[in-house]
Amino acid sequence: MNFDDTPQEAAFRAQARKWVDANAPKQFEAELSKASLGRIRLQSGDMVEVGKAWQKKKADGGWACLHWPKQYGGRGATPIERVIWQQEEGIYGKLTQPFQIGEGMCGPTMMAYASEEQKQRYLPKIASGEEIWCQLFSEPSAGSDVAGLRTRAERDGDDWIVNGQKIWTSGAHYSDFGLLITRTDPNVPKHKGLTMFFLDMKSPGVEVKPIKQANGMQEFNEVFFTNVRIPDSQRLGNVGDGWNVSLTTLMNERMSIGSRLATGFPEIFAFCSGLMTDDGPALDDRAVRSKLANWAVKASGLKYTNYRSLSALSRGERPGPENSIGKLVTGTMMQDIASYALDLEGAAGVLTDPATADAAGQFQAMLLSSPSVRIAGGTDEVLRNIIAERVLGLPGDIRVDKDVPFNKIPAKGR
Amino acid sequence: MNFEFSDDQKQLRDQARRFLAEKCPPKAVRAVLEGNALYDKALWQGLAEMGFLGVAIPEEFGGTGAGHLELCVIAEEMGRALAPVPFSSTVYLAAEALMLAGSSEQKQKWLPKIASGEAIGTLALFEGTGNPSPQAVKLSAANGVLNGVKKPVADGAIADFAIVAARNGSSGRETDIALYLVDLKAGGVEAKTLANLDPSRNQAELHFKDCKAEPLGAANEGWSILSRVLDRAAVLMAFEQVGGADRALEMGRDYALDRIAFGRPIGSFQAVKHMLADMYVSATLARSNCYYGAWALSTNAGELPEAAATARISATQAFQHCAKNNIQVHGGMGFTWEFDCHLYYRRSNALALGLGSLSYWEDQLIDRMRKKNAA
Repeated sequence: MNFDDTPQEAAFRAQARKWVDANAPKQFEAELSKASLGRIRLQSGDMVEVGKAWQKKKADGGWACLHWPKQYGGRGATPIERVIWQQEEGIYGKLTQPFQIGEGMCGPTMMAYASEEQKQRYLPKIASGEEIWCQLFSEPSAGSDVAGLRTRAERDGDDWIVNGQKIWTSGAHYSDFGLLITRTDPNVPKHKGLTMFFLDMKSPGVEVKPIKQANGMQEFNEVFFTNVRIPDSQRLGNVGDGWNVSLTTLMNERMSIGSRLATGFPEIFAFCSGLMTDDGPALDDRAVRSKLANWAVKASGLKYTNYRSLSALSRGERPGPENSIGKLVTGTMMQDIASYALDLEGAAGVLTDPATADAAGQFQAMLLSSPSVRIAGGTDEVLRNIIAERVLGLPGDIRVDKDVPFNKIPAKGR
Repeated sequence: MNFEFSDDQKQLRDQARRFLAEKCPPKAVRAVLEGNALYDKALWQGLAEMGFLGVAIPEEFGGTGAGHLELCVIAEEMGRALAPVPFSSTVYLAAEALMLAGSSEQKQKWLPKIASGEAIGTLALFEGTGNPSPQAVKLSAANGVLNGVKKPVADGAIADFAIVAARNGSSGRETDIALYLVDLKAGGVEAKTLANLDPSRNQAELHFKDCKAEPLGAANEGWSILSRVLDRAAVLMAFEQVGGADRALEMGRDYALDRIAFGRPIGSFQAVKHMLADMYVSATLARSNCYYGAWALSTNAGELPEAAATARISATQAFQHCAKNNIQVHGGMGFTWEFDCHLYYRRSNALALGLGSLSYWEDQLIDRMRKKNAA
């Protein structure tokens, strides 16, 4: 048992480190280091433009989309090499946020279902960041139950005409292309009438509107489709096979291994370490100590669970299911940590301006943003179902709409 | 990165699991629980023959010299099987204390007997209410004899020898505490079994009356040796707890698949599924923290104090969580004597206390993190 690289891994790490050291945009180092929780805002440059420049440089140097085949702009690297790269890329990895959906979801789906000509046309530009992709799956009435989506695509000669609405689309406002799942047959049960396409986001009839979130920020979009024309050549997989195609996309969302999930623990420990109460240092307080210890072991458990997955990758094995617990643990943990920090701050906990608020307002920001951690990318409830069914082997939920034609499923509650 | 047990260690785990499945079924646990014996002698002898008792004891002292990672995988299986034997007292506490601080004579005398199953050892630390602390040690050591009372002492009524924490000074500092090795069969000690939460393991009160004792380690280093012994035992006990947590989770999962209510397996209801998923989360966090502890223990890393406290807290929570909710999944049947759920519930709560309770280890962890931060 050890945490060391194998000789090959060490050589790869040294090579990556050297390249990052020589090429990283160090002028943003300070800003990127500070952005520990939540999304990145750069004061001194446009996030997407800075990201594109970094991504292009990586692609030119052979360090983009490492696990992709070389002919499509990747490096043909092993999974553990990809993780080592992420570790060495470090804070500059935060700049890759606009490209993650393309690399992790859209690209692999194109690789599995697009024509060779399309792969050569689109994949290298995803890798180089010259073209950004988004994923158009969720809808206002199809969240956890994404197969209940209602966006219609109807055949018209060699084209399809799309009408409907998507929601929660990250990056739609700066994306060039999108992966779009639609309903092509409402007369069959919901999973069977879906078809996948990709489209140019500049197509006539596509309208992107930002969503103002509960925390006041705008990171997601609604996307409206009004008679949008998509050539049949941009269909991915067979008509009616969209659900299976989407599973390829979602299964490739295995980005979490190797990337450290934010837990909020380092922040609350640092805050309590510097906090004086009427009875002395907060760290002397029995109640504070107990809370901190409980969060410490969760943060540590996640860290070493991740190490176990990395060990499997290092041996060339598939990681076990243990990594599926990450987001389920951190969502609630961040909410709890934020409320507790505010409790310790007392009346001043209500203030939010980073310039004047306690701990630069970071726990107020965490409080307001953390509900989304428990929802985005699979709600806590969906994640528990996944663990119960796929890891523990418990029966799937009873699905009353399974064999019912989609257009006969009730669309409203009371 | 190789944060995983080796294939040989996994084979050893499988071997221990098969052995315990055969020699330590729930009815063997119940035999001790229901008072037929103070521990399972045949199982104890079998463990010795398998080489499990001396797995971390060097060959020169009669062990197999395999190491602590090997002991961790065996500990996990002992916990899974709820083995009703004085394994933790003898192997995690007494043997570790001897290996850390014993003279070569003391090691020569006791370690081979531990490995062969001839001697049961324990640690006599607690004196009633409270957690490990030098102030709580009142039992006096003077002129080579001990006077005072220790309780509870795990496996105290069946142990052949004990490592005893005693007070031999009055400076008020932890250097007042020294450790002694006492042959419990040589007179001067009276043992009385005490009723306890988990009768599948013995708890006793030991009365020391002018009892002859030999020092273990330097006189003023008793507390520091003890702290190191507790850290080492905490990692090993955490593996036992994780073994128990995993088994309790499996029992709950199996029952949820078998039991039909409202026309369907209860494991198809989200309320039950989600409870089991949460148990899996606890058990997984604890296992990963235990691996961290195992790494620190086996490499004598500077991180051991922090890793031990982390593993201990996490594994205590996981075993208690899984054992408690295993009863809940079983419903009324889980509250019968006949079903095995209560065996895990009892063990989970007894193990949570034995080396110092959760609040003690929370304190330890924060102290240690604070020290590291200050450094």
